Amino acid sequence: MKRASLSLKRQRSIAVCAAVFLIPVLILMTAYILYPIIATFRNSFTQWNGISSARKMIGLYNWNKLIHDKKFWTAFLNNVKVMFLSLIVQMPIGILLATFLDAGGKKFNVFKVIWFLPLLMSSVAVGYLFHYALATNGGLFSSISNLFGGKNIDLLGNQRVALYAVIGVICWQFIPFYMVYYMAGYSSIDETLYEAAIVDGATRGQYIRKIALPLLVPTIRNAIVLSITGSLKYFDLVYVMTGGGPGESTELMATYMYKESFSKYNMGYGSAVAAGMFILITVIAAVVMRLMNRKGGEI
Amino acid sequence: MSQKKQTDSLKKSKRKSLGAWIVVMILAIFWILVAFVPFLFMVVTGFKQKIETIMYGAFHMPEKFFPDNYISIVTDPQFWNYFKNSVIVLIISLVILLFISACAAYPLSRFNFKMRTPIYFMIVAAMSVPMHVTLIPVFQMTIGMGLYDTIWAMIPPNVAFATPISVFILTGFMDSIPRELEEAADIDGCGRYKRFFQVILPLSKPGLSTLAIYNGVNIWNEFIFAFTLTQSEENRTLPLALWNYQGQYSTNTAMIMACLTLSVLPMIILFIFMQDKLVKGMMAGAVKG
Repeated sequence: MKRASLSLKRQRSIAVCAAVFLIPVLILMTAYILYPIIATFRNSFTQWNGISSARKMIGLYNWNKLIHDKKFWTAFLNNVKVMFLSLIVQMPIGILLATFLDAGGKKFNVFKVIWFLPLLMSSVAVGYLFHYALATNGGLFSSISNLFGGKNIDLLGNQRVALYAVIGVICWQFIPFYMVYYMAGYSSIDETLYEAAIVDGATRGQYIRKIALPLLVPTIRNAIVLSITGSLKYFDLVYVMTGGGPGESTELMATYMYKESFSKYNMGYGSAVAAGMFILITVIAAVVMRLMNRKGGEI
Repeated sequence: MSQKKQTDSLKKSKRKSLGAWIVVMILAIFWILVAFVPFLFMVVTGFKQKIETIMYGAFHMPEKFFPDNYISIVTDPQFWNYFKNSVIVLIISLVILLFISACAAYPLSRFNFKMRTPIYFMIVAAMSVPMHVTLIPVFQMTIGMGLYDTIWAMIPPNVAFATPISVFILTGFMDSIPRELEEAADIDGCGRYKRFFQVILPLSKPGLSTLAIYNGVNIWNEFIFAFTLTQSEENRTLPLALWNYQGQYSTNTAMIMACLTLSVLPMIILFIFMQDKLVKGMMAGAVKG
């Protein structure tokens, strides 16, 4: 009896202690993550300029508008294009670069250092750099074309190619990330496997194809999840590089939400865009993670 | 005869592997160009005069050494003000972040209490919340608290959004610290609070330093909160310096490139002096979300 109350007391003191340690984080997360999510959904049912306290409840008007808003769905489609092309470009190149560095070891350090450089720049800096590096006048591609007697090349001003130019820049920035990620994956493979394969008469290429790559599959799967969830949230780079233009050709969900809320001060509708974006991202992330985990069970 | 055949095929396969080797090297060098040329463009263009960037293409070398762009930025007190703001925001955010994350990770890793699983689950779920969904309410709250357009405005959201992943990583790290060490301290009459400060926190240093790099880089580069929650030049951080310089000198490519180069310089210096640690730190966030 006494013992039971003692353990109860102990349990209570543990709970108190846990609460003391957890409270700062919980308060901060509630105030800056949980509450804002709820508030955004609440605001999405209002008409509101964000400044005045006058908030008019307008029911589902904003949501109805969102569902029929061509600009929003163009932005979503652009996000999806970014997502797929990022995967198709970044994953294979990342694996190739990592394989090269893994095979070469220390003597390829120069390659590693230079290949890593883009990741040292912030997204804002990358956006500005390529705003000028892809410019029609004096940009890199125009200058190359001029060297061969060609005309200037307009990448960011052309509605049809601007999005692909942006995706190219995103790949430039993030390929080093996946390169390092895959290198970490390679380095976790037991070295004796390589030695055993060579002793058994396999070539380096056979070792990579038949042994190393299959062992890299879990790493690749994680990288795919990271790339997909990242692609749906891009903002900084696109906002400073193209501002979503020309037209809506490079508009993403996040840039559209920002413009509606903070340029047009249409915060009720901006909230609906943000909430819609949140729902889409959550659903896609859940589906992708489910898919990836199920595959994991089969292999 | 058969031996000759064998050496032939050996020669052939050698030639084949040499060919493959050359192709691989050409691709590797091509990728060096892809990664490096934009960088070079940035640094070199910074040394050009405005007129050169208008008259000639990107590959025209500067006619004479022209450091004026760099000098005029470095001698601009406003630039150093951005820098100072960035440093203040970085240091305060990091100290608060690392301390409260370590505090939260301790009970999650060590104690058995009813709410542990739900709280842990909530923190993991928060890792995938896009910050845009919180932007308008955070903007409103910042105005309400009177922090709008001050450098303090960025600190709470910076810390809040870095918390979930930091707690997640630190909880994992603390799980790997052997419990025997604490038990020894327990026998010595050390309470739970004391044990945290005297045993767990010092042993968590490697995890904390990795997180300091990861979060430090992110906070240093943070754009959207700084952009939304401040307005006047004197309260903005370095990523916004680029924004303001671009507004001022939008046609002066050379000036912007000089500014960009200077903004990347701190990272390059870190990279030179602690390459492995920096790379490891920057990858810390790459956990399965």
